[in-house]
Amino acid sequence: MNVSGFIFQALNGLSSASGLFFVAAGLSLIFGVTRIVNIAHGSLYMLGTYVAYSLATKIGGGFGFWGGIVITACLVGLLGAAIEFVLLRRIYRAPELFQLLATFALILIINDATLWLWGPEDLLGPRAPGMRDAIEIFGRRLPTYDLFLIVIAPVVLWILHLGLARTRFGRLVRAATQDREMVGALGVNQAMLFTAVFALGSFLAGLGGALQVAREPANLAMDLTVIGDAFVVVVVGGMGSITGAYLAAVIIAEVKALCIAIGTVSMFGMSLNFSKFTLVAEFLVMAAVLIARPYGLLGRPQGAVRGVADPEDPMRPATPALKFLGVVVLGALMAMPLMAQSSPYVLILGIDVMIAVLFAASLHFIMGPGGMHSFGHAAYFGLGAYGAALLVKWLAAPMGLALLAAPITALLGALLFGWFAVRLSGVYLAMLTLAFAQIVWAAVFQWEDLTGGSNGVIGVWPPAPFSNSSVYFILVLLLTVIGVLALRRILFAPFGYAMRAGRDSPLRAEAIGIDVKRVHWLGFAIAGLVCGVAGGLFAFAKGSISPETIGVGRSIDGLVMVLLGGIQTLTGPIVGASVFAVLQDTIMRQTEYWRALLGLIILLLVMAFPAGIVGGVINLLRRWRTAS
Amino acid sequence: MDNRHLHKRYLLTVALAGAAAIALFRPASAQDTIKIGELNSYKSQPAFLDPYKKGWELAIEEINAKGGVLGKKLEVVSRDDGANPGEAVRVAEELVTREGVPLISGTFLSHIGLAVTNFAGQKKVFFLAAEPLTDKITWQNGNKYTYRLRSSTYMQVAMLMPAAKALKAKRWALVYPNFEYGQSAAENFKALMKKAQPDVEFVTEQAPPLGKIDAGAVAQAIDDAKPDAIFNVLFAGDLAKFVREGNTRGVFKNRPVVSLLSGEPEYLDPLKDEAPVGWIVTGYPQDKINTPEHKAFRDAYMKKFNDYPRLGSIVGYATMKSLAAGIAKAGSTDTEKLVTAFAGLKVDSPFGPFIYRASDHQATMGAYVGKIALENGKGTMTDFKYVDGADVLPPDDEVKKLRPAGAN
Repeated sequence: MNVSGFIFQALNGLSSASGLFFVAAGLSLIFGVTRIVNIAHGSLYMLGTYVAYSLATKIGGGFGFWGGIVITACLVGLLGAAIEFVLLRRIYRAPELFQLLATFALILIINDATLWLWGPEDLLGPRAPGMRDAIEIFGRRLPTYDLFLIVIAPVVLWILHLGLARTRFGRLVRAATQDREMVGALGVNQAMLFTAVFALGSFLAGLGGALQVAREPANLAMDLTVIGDAFVVVVVGGMGSITGAYLAAVIIAEVKALCIAIGTVSMFGMSLNFSKFTLVAEFLVMAAVLIARPYGLLGRPQGAVRGVADPEDPMRPATPALKFLGVVVLGALMAMPLMAQSSPYVLILGIDVMIAVLFAASLHFIMGPGGMHSFGHAAYFGLGAYGAALLVKWLAAPMGLALLAAPITALLGALLFGWFAVRLSGVYLAMLTLAFAQIVWAAVFQWEDLTGGSNGVIGVWPPAPFSNSSVYFILVLLLTVIGVLALRRILFAPFGYAMRAGRDSPLRAEAIGIDVKRVHWLGFAIAGLVCGVAGGLFAFAKGSISPETIGVGRSIDGLVMVLLGGIQTLTGPIVGASVFAVLQDTIMRQTEYWRALLGLIILLLVMAFPAGIVGGVINLLRRWRTAS
Repeated sequence: MDNRHLHKRYLLTVALAGAAAIALFRPASAQDTIKIGELNSYKSQPAFLDPYKKGWELAIEEINAKGGVLGKKLEVVSRDDGANPGEAVRVAEELVTREGVPLISGTFLSHIGLAVTNFAGQKKVFFLAAEPLTDKITWQNGNKYTYRLRSSTYMQVAMLMPAAKALKAKRWALVYPNFEYGQSAAENFKALMKKAQPDVEFVTEQAPPLGKIDAGAVAQAIDDAKPDAIFNVLFAGDLAKFVREGNTRGVFKNRPVVSLLSGEPEYLDPLKDEAPVGWIVTGYPQDKINTPEHKAFRDAYMKKFNDYPRLGSIVGYATMKSLAAGIAKAGSTDTEKLVTAFAGLKVDSPFGPFIYRASDHQATMGAYVGKIALENGKGTMTDFKYVDGADVLPPDDEVKKLRPAGAN
């Protein structure tokens, strides 16, 4: 490869960057103003490609394509406004992050709706009229459309920049990004502003998706593929910074293009295929940037969000009634193996629910009382699972030893990643945890000799007597109860109070001598440890594990469980995890469109219980008590 | 918001939830049927599995119209496996323990196939892996209770070898999705190629992540390596992107491409008039196979679904036909008897008869090898011929060495 080859690959990188930029810019705007982590943003992008495909093929010609792109972007913008107006507006007062649950439901619904409308097959759009060919640069052929993409992204960036700098709307957006409460206090109609920003962000996502119609087939996996990348770009660039988003998109796309250009390199007798690094390149970049610049390349510290949600009640030890309820539930669970004679599946589902409970409880420990929203909690689950499974695979270790190794591996991972993570806060912390999880995932995925690569480790079954599911169920129940009670105990120990103090008021906590970072770091480690136990139990319950155990999907499931149950209560994660696991199991076998159904049920729950299920029940009880 | 309003909202929610619960927990029907458990990643791989489902629906209809098997009708209990091994194992357990199915079948992705294979071996459940391609299901991780229908990665690569060797190309570029299927296809190809042509050189290897290829950069890197020929394992969306970029950039000009699976309608049809003419591929030219058994299948399929069959339809159809033949031969649904019956079991499929080898539990159903051509603005295959799986599989004594002890 020569110099001109590298320069040419840099051009390729620039054209890939433009797609990333559009979707990331929209996401960044929406987050900056509304503080909503809109994980359905990738779904809007996907819709953009599908709608543009339909317009380009149904109308056809230059207008169908170019006009179609503009129409698509407007339609997706309108859809975004509708989502904000109908759905999100009702839950702004819910605890932070709760809106994430609603957008998660939207992902499920939009994906199934797309499948229903457009069918399962990939749809490759036409080439761009007027830009079918390529031009020669350095003796190589660059598609004209790529050149167009290289130009259009900076143009849109410039327009957005002007709009934000010069117009009244732009000033309001910037002001709201800085301090939205103050904007409201000055008499600005916040509702209108939020809707407008949501529409603008969606417009950009639709535009980005529509522009891809000439480059890649519309397919149903686009939503999740793109959302991960978009988050990375937004965070690397700095939340709320459009220019930062462009810069980050270019850097990430260039790093990938460079990896591809280098290809296989032989060094010291070893050959290294750099093209495989594209799997994780963006997450390595993100981790490096966040460690060096905690607010991204061009970001500023996040303005405080005050008084949007109702203030959280202080945590109280369990009331006698709750303790009694706990004992009853435990008794019922202990009796389940007896029931299993008639329906053995109960135990298998029970084991899965228990593991989910332990997973969610450990996540809640740092998310709720710790105030650290981990978007990569699956890392510790996966480390635990792999720690146990690899010990069995390579050293033929007995189950007891493997189950001991699980929390230790997870603890080591949590200590390492937590040390970096607690130095950040808010959404930057969330994204750094996500980056670490993705790096662990990629390492497991790539290190085929050790971990079995994408196939994972198989043949990790519990020995007798635990091969009997009743016995294994009791073991899981025992460890889950110990884990949950231990977490609870820690929260009511001085350490727990210190952790909450650090969350609620880091300055005052420091002033009374609490080393907030250290306390949060230890809290992070404890959560990782408990999560590792869940991972180890999971490996033996399934007999096999694969990189999905660490995937983003599992991290999101964890968030959904915690939020569904209610982040402000200690029983929330237990209820949330149980409800989610059972719901998923039941719904998956009911209908072909089970994802949409699951999404609808979650939406329904979101609307009915803006404080989570347990939070909702507590509010109901309280209202009932004051009424009587 | 006043209290009354709130109460109304809660009441409504509770009522809705109640209605949903009643709808969800409707009792399962128990009739005099043979239940067949089936699980697959329907939601994550709809392009392949939608036709697959139609395929098995057709097979079940035909089998039951002829009176079923052993005097009982077949009933498929089908589940989504959530495209993740942990979930798949739970679904398999659910099928076995709750639905009481005597055997399970299905799966698409390699790692899920392997997880269920392992489950089958551990819990002694008969499992027919329908689609997963990884060699490990029948070789390194094979077990007594698992058989596999679809031709494996090794078989697919071996089918293309005669054509690849005939190119007499010295410098090869490889491009494959970065996961087990792509990696093992590339490994198999390199090993077979080195054996056949010791002076072969692999000038570049591009392994983009599955579903996330930077097609422009990858196509360019391959062009810059100046290979004589290209071996491609990309499929689905990655393939479409790669083909479009490669065509625009002139990467495939005067450069033969040998490509796995690209002739399957699932992956070829979305390319429409941009189908890469001249690529040497394995696939399924569904409108051109004129054997009587295929014509009968295709006509019945078209009549029932008003759509042409894809390769998935063949796999789904042949899965259920295999199970019906196996149960009939075993004379029962007893696991051990099924395992014995499947050894050497002969099945008639739209591709003609094939057998399940006793040595490694692999079916010998083959695939079509040919060149991609463009007809009426659509991709299709020409100069194709059917390659029987039995002709490319290693001999019995060789594969027995690959399988773990006690797997037969």
